[in-house]
Amino acid sequence: MGAGIEVRDLNAWYGSTHTLHDIGIMIPANHATALIGPSGCGKSTFVRCLNRMHETNPIARVTGSVRLGDLDIYNGAAPVAIRRRIGMVFQRANPFPTMSIYDNVASGLRLGGLRNRKKIEEIVERSLRRAALWDEVKDAWKSKSGTSLSGGQQQRLCIARALAIDPEVLLMDEPASALDPISTAKIEDLIFELKADYTIVIVTHNMQQAARVAEMTGFFLNGYLVEFDATTKIFTNPSDKRTEDYITGRFG
Amino acid sequence: MTRTRFHQNLDDLKEKLLVMAGMSEQAIQRAIEAYRVGDLSICDLVVRSEPAINRMERDIDQMALDLLAMEQPMAIDLRFILAVIKINADLERVGDQAVNIAERVRDLQTSSPVDLPVDIPKLATLAATMVRHALQAFIDADPVLAEKVLTMDDEVDEMNRAVYRTLTRSIQLEPACSHQALHVLLIARNLERVGDHATNIAEDVIFWVRGADVRHHVQTGR
Repeated sequence: MGAGIEVRDLNAWYGSTHTLHDIGIMIPANHATALIGPSGCGKSTFVRCLNRMHETNPIARVTGSVRLGDLDIYNGAAPVAIRRRIGMVFQRANPFPTMSIYDNVASGLRLGGLRNRKKIEEIVERSLRRAALWDEVKDAWKSKSGTSLSGGQQQRLCIARALAIDPEVLLMDEPASALDPISTAKIEDLIFELKADYTIVIVTHNMQQAARVAEMTGFFLNGYLVEFDATTKIFTNPSDKRTEDYITGRFG
Repeated sequence: MTRTRFHQNLDDLKEKLLVMAGMSEQAIQRAIEAYRVGDLSICDLVVRSEPAINRMERDIDQMALDLLAMEQPMAIDLRFILAVIKINADLERVGDQAVNIAERVRDLQTSSPVDLPVDIPKLATLAATMVRHALQAFIDADPVLAEKVLTMDDEVDEMNRAVYRTLTRSIQLEPACSHQALHVLLIARNLERVGDHATNIAEDVIFWVRGADVRHHVQTGR
């Protein structure tokens, strides 16, 4: 099952540049939450703070609190352990180029110490099924390279790889922005299905996509979370004039 | 990402709806004038104006549909287009009511004149004022004026009921005037409907500007 994320007073910096200001948000469990806003508004930085990816940049710094259920992410938890519970899918699909489809999905399991081949096979197949890729790759999943797949399939492979280690949260940073409409629709359908078992946070520039897949939407501007509400409210009658001006294309 | 062309298209849509509003408003004003002075040539003008109103209704719907399909509007822009589609339908119905009144006036003119104790021009003035205010509220994006229209509807309804009571009594007392009384009764009903359409338009203006659904005396806002 997915877990909710509670963020309080989150601030982030790159060097001396203050990129996130006092973010407070409750991301509900087993829902899809979309984050929208113009380029450079801080939405990607924000999701990278949720699984401590932000601090992988040596000049980056974070203060504040992020809790995943009982776990305080910035107080005592190891980043690697956190990333097992909070998986991430990036804008560009990044399968390991020398590995087969099977090995790509199995990599996280092996890294976590699992050696039982039968068990690994079982989880890889289940993950590929969950990522709606199994039917397309089952005939050559052990022989075919991950990079031989189409862009949309590669992205679903990355989702399968993230699901294999059984996270509670899946962060998606513009997962469909480089895909054609059919592949995009498959990813969106997948998000809809995955909500039952995972908490999804999706950064997107495509507002129609946010409206289609997410129950909750947050609007970021200049490093501030301007508004966070039900997606239907944000896209039909937002409370803040800046949100309205952005989503109606009056600036941005 | 500013959508200048789209917002220009929204302005064009508003302008086109205002042309439609002018045509419907003129039709109802003429129908009322035809009743007041008993002029059949004005009735003809009203009837002849209907196809143009119908054409305009289709054009506006098509324009709105194209914008929905091509631009995927959101928030106040989405509410605006929905409001335009609904106001467009109400304006077309106002045109229909004008034609109904004109046809009843024509029929009345072929019957012998009778003096009926009802003040149809007063009811007509109130209904026409509702339409005017509702359209002004649309032009100015003014929900306060729109709210004023909603309060006027009760008065129109009450006047219509009073006409009904008076004319049914007249028919009972003087059956020879039944034909004329029935026509006048139906004209009052047409005017009451015009008031209803003005109310709908005012509600749509409130929805567009505030995002609040005030139909059926229930206020819901997201």
